[in-house]
Amino acid sequence: MVSGSVNRGEKLSTVKLAVVQYGILFLMLGLASGLWRLQVLDVDNYRQLAQQNRIRKEPILAPRGKLFDRENRLVVDNYSSVTCFLVREQSRNVDADLALIAKGLDLDIDQLRATLHRFRNQPGYQPIPIKQDVTPDEQAFIAAHRNELPELETIDEERRLYPRDGFAAHLIGYVGEVSEEDLNNPRFAYYEPGDVVGKAGVEETYDELLRGQDGSREVIVDSRGREVGYFGIEHAVPGQDLRLTIDNDLQRAAELAMGDRNGALVAMDPRNGEILAMVSRPSFDPNDFAVKINRSAWNKLVTDPDHPLMNKVIQAQLAPGSTFKILMSVAGLEEGIAQNMHIVCNGGWGPYGYYHHCDEKHGAVDIHNAIPYSCDTFFYMLGDKLGIDRIAKYATAFGYGQKTGIDLPGEQAGLMPSPQWLIHNFHHRWYPDETLDVAIGQGAVEATPIQLARIIGGIASDGHMVRPHVVFPNQLPAEFRRSLLDSFPGSGDAYVPMDPNTWEIVTDGMADVTEPGLYHTAGSAHLEGIDFAGKTGTAQQMSHEALAKTNKGRNTYPNVWFVGATPRRNPELVIAVLWQNGEFSYYPARIAAKVVTAFVDKKRRMAGNLPPEKPQAPVEVGAIWSSPDGQRGAKNGETAADRIHGGHFYVENGQIVAARKTAPQGGAAKAGGLQWMAGSAGQENGARGARPTETAAALPERRPEPRSNAATQSRGDH
Amino acid sequence: MALRRFLSFRDFDWWLLLLLLGMCSVSLIEVHSTTVHTRFARFPEMQMIAMGGGIALMFIFARIDYHRVLDWAPWAYGTGLLALGAVLSPLGHKALGGRRWIKLGPMLIQPSEYVKLVLILMVARYFANLGGRYLSWKDILKALALVGIPMELVLKQPDLGTTLTYAPILVAGLFLGGINLRQAAILMTCAAVLVGGVWSSGKFLKSYQKARLTSFTNPSADPKGSGYQVLQSEIAVGSGGIWGKGSERGTQTQGYFLPIPYTDFIFAAFSEEHGFVGAIFVLLLYFLILMRLIQNAQTAADLPGSLIIMGIVAVLTFQIAVNVGMVIGLMPVTGIPLPLMSYGGSSVLFTFLALGVAMNVRMRRFVN
Repeated sequence: MVSGSVNRGEKLSTVKLAVVQYGILFLMLGLASGLWRLQVLDVDNYRQLAQQNRIRKEPILAPRGKLFDRENRLVVDNYSSVTCFLVREQSRNVDADLALIAKGLDLDIDQLRATLHRFRNQPGYQPIPIKQDVTPDEQAFIAAHRNELPELETIDEERRLYPRDGFAAHLIGYVGEVSEEDLNNPRFAYYEPGDVVGKAGVEETYDELLRGQDGSREVIVDSRGREVGYFGIEHAVPGQDLRLTIDNDLQRAAELAMGDRNGALVAMDPRNGEILAMVSRPSFDPNDFAVKINRSAWNKLVTDPDHPLMNKVIQAQLAPGSTFKILMSVAGLEEGIAQNMHIVCNGGWGPYGYYHHCDEKHGAVDIHNAIPYSCDTFFYMLGDKLGIDRIAKYATAFGYGQKTGIDLPGEQAGLMPSPQWLIHNFHHRWYPDETLDVAIGQGAVEATPIQLARIIGGIASDGHMVRPHVVFPNQLPAEFRRSLLDSFPGSGDAYVPMDPNTWEIVTDGMADVTEPGLYHTAGSAHLEGIDFAGKTGTAQQMSHEALAKTNKGRNTYPNVWFVGATPRRNPELVIAVLWQNGEFSYYPARIAAKVVTAFVDKKRRMAGNLPPEKPQAPVEVGAIWSSPDGQRGAKNGETAADRIHGGHFYVENGQIVAARKTAPQGGAAKAGGLQWMAGSAGQENGARGARPTETAAALPERRPEPRSNAATQSRGDH
Repeated sequence: MALRRFLSFRDFDWWLLLLLLGMCSVSLIEVHSTTVHTRFARFPEMQMIAMGGGIALMFIFARIDYHRVLDWAPWAYGTGLLALGAVLSPLGHKALGGRRWIKLGPMLIQPSEYVKLVLILMVARYFANLGGRYLSWKDILKALALVGIPMELVLKQPDLGTTLTYAPILVAGLFLGGINLRQAAILMTCAAVLVGGVWSSGKFLKSYQKARLTSFTNPSADPKGSGYQVLQSEIAVGSGGIWGKGSERGTQTQGYFLPIPYTDFIFAAFSEEHGFVGAIFVLLLYFLILMRLIQNAQTAADLPGSLIIMGIVAVLTFQIAVNVGMVIGLMPVTGIPLPLMSYGGSSVLFTFLALGVAMNVRMRRFVN
């Protein structure tokens, strides 16, 4: 055995080995105590951490309630959309990835950083929405970069789909991501960053009902964020669908009638306050807000001098002009003054040194024609007799200077001046001369279209005033209904007793406004067969802020109003139209007339009450006419008789349905007078070929008017 | 020589073998649990083969006279250094960010594991030859060089964990070889200065290695980065509670939150799935194995035998302490596997090989 190189004489000291043994023992005890600390003392903490590690709460977004019109036709729908979220804890270094994410998803990197900054206090597993309505291209980008950008997640959700072209946009409002300022507001206490919230109109007022309640799913994930199963599921509670009071047909008619005119229109059922149509111009497309609106589009909307985002129906406070004379008439009659006034209008009145003009020299005026004439002179004198205090008393009783309490955010109260108001705000006394301006709805008086609709509608309903609303209250939870009344205070439902004579005189006067007649202000808005009453208004003065703008080269035509009702007493529809800088007050009256026609037409159609279109048997018509080139004289040896033609036709609904051949010959030419007529008719109609002129022969039964043509003939049923 | 008795397996340490087999079962259970739902599902099989091979090797080496093994040691040492050099050359096989393996046919051999055993033998041989007398500074420096050269080579791979496992061999040799207090104090001061120098110079340690070494003190400071492994490991162990979540039911383990749960963090995985009770059971097994080995060292026939066993004890103790310490957040993350438990063929083979030599020491305790 070769072992000489190894010393084997010594042995290890037992003490040293004992030291090693005790060392190992202490080491093991140390490790055991470490295990004790983790697994026994801190077990709850670590169990929780382990749960947090693998369990992620994934939101299930509640679909927002849909909006329907009064006949349950869909107005606001939802559509499926893909949203991209960023989950910070799924990436080692989110900041380094931002540039790539911004590029791939077409985002502004600074905006992206700002978004992340807002979520800085949220836990890392909280998904942060960074892009909504992700396009298929961007989805492909996310899928292709799943390894490089594990923090990106997508989720399918329902998004808002609004009617196009701003249809009822101001009434509906829009939704948007809750802003950081909102989150600090107690009203938004139950919102979280990234939540979508109603920001205007019905979407804002009824947000609590529409939003529903998001659910969540507890998903088990592995360290790479892959879903390996799930625990509990808390289903989302969909938002409540709401039925609006608007009528799509009437709304459409109102939108078309308003066209692009700057102003507002509101149609209301004065029996219950249901808003049937509401238009504000210019409008905007709320779909731009459904996805986060980009900054330039937003700036354009908020800097537009015509205020597209403003709902002018409830927010435009302007001098009501002559529409105020209805209130004046009521006050004057109730006080027993107006019925005894018989004045002569010489074009104005100026008892206090300043001459107040009237539009016309109306001559003899009393309360019965003062309203259709809109005679300023009469109302100057009436106002002077009443005095500002009595005017203010009646105006306030009917709701001037107060919000109506409509269930839309941002309503303005308008203004009814009084001596107290003047002293309080402008520190000078009321001069009686100022009453004259107030009497014709100028001076400091300001009203919103919805106020005028409520007031005039109330007066036409014998003093029964209503609270306007856009959502049927019977579908609301009782508690919400109560809080709604508190949140939107206003003059609301009220009854102002009126003498029956007052009621009759005022409403008859309003009906005369649209009756054609000398000095009648809106005779051109007359509707045959429809009891359509109303009052025009022309207001030179605009709101203070608007006045400042008008001087900058914009047109300074007066704002014109029309407030109408149909029928004149106990109306079913009251409509207020405002056309800013519209010049003549019968223009808005015609707009209102169109809407009223649409309303009445629909009512009659629904009731099967339209005048029946009688099927008419083809009518035989005899006619003579000349050749088209007849006026250029004889050609190719033709005689005048050769150019005159005659024949018989069967005409039904303005169309020729059959012709009976007749040879052109001199028979007809015998009548010289007819030749003249035929010649002139040939000039008009020759280009359209052989067509009988309507003037050519006497027709049985119906005789078409000279102006009417084939297209309108069938509808000439007035 | 004449008194030499016939070597018999009656003197084989069957109790130790039983403890080792217990350890192996624990290892197989946990390697199975951590890999069964992954693409590494064949790992338990391969681990079993390595263990079978290891036990066979152990029986073979138990029959070889350790004195003869000690005689081979210088040659083995030379070969080891060459192999470590080869690893660093293009012959080395690269994986997991380090150049640690040599490809031998279908097998990947990790020479640093082999060198570990060789170092144990060399240090035992060196100090045995010094005969337990007081060490001169020259002796100490020689011992330092003996261990320092392979340490340097392994550090270059880079494999900090294995490098560190060489140190306890030297420490055990010096302690048992007869270093006195003054020398120990001076050496420790030097070591402290050296470590401080290495740390601050930044030349020898890569920054990720440094981050790993310090993050254990406060893993929450960088939960996504350097603190991730420690934090997830602590969560795994802590959430296991007293009785554990059950085999294949550890959420941290099965959800891949625990990094490489079948090697370095196998103890965390085991603690999560089998709780405090299971973890203490494993520690107890280790304690018994170590005590048994020390008893064998005590009863060894001569100094070199004792020194061999104590070298093995030093390495095993160090690895257990550092690995378990790392898993429960008391030690830095160094990438040291848990002997007899972590998955890894080379580690298993050489551990059993070393134990085979230790067996031989025991079997020869009455020989002479």
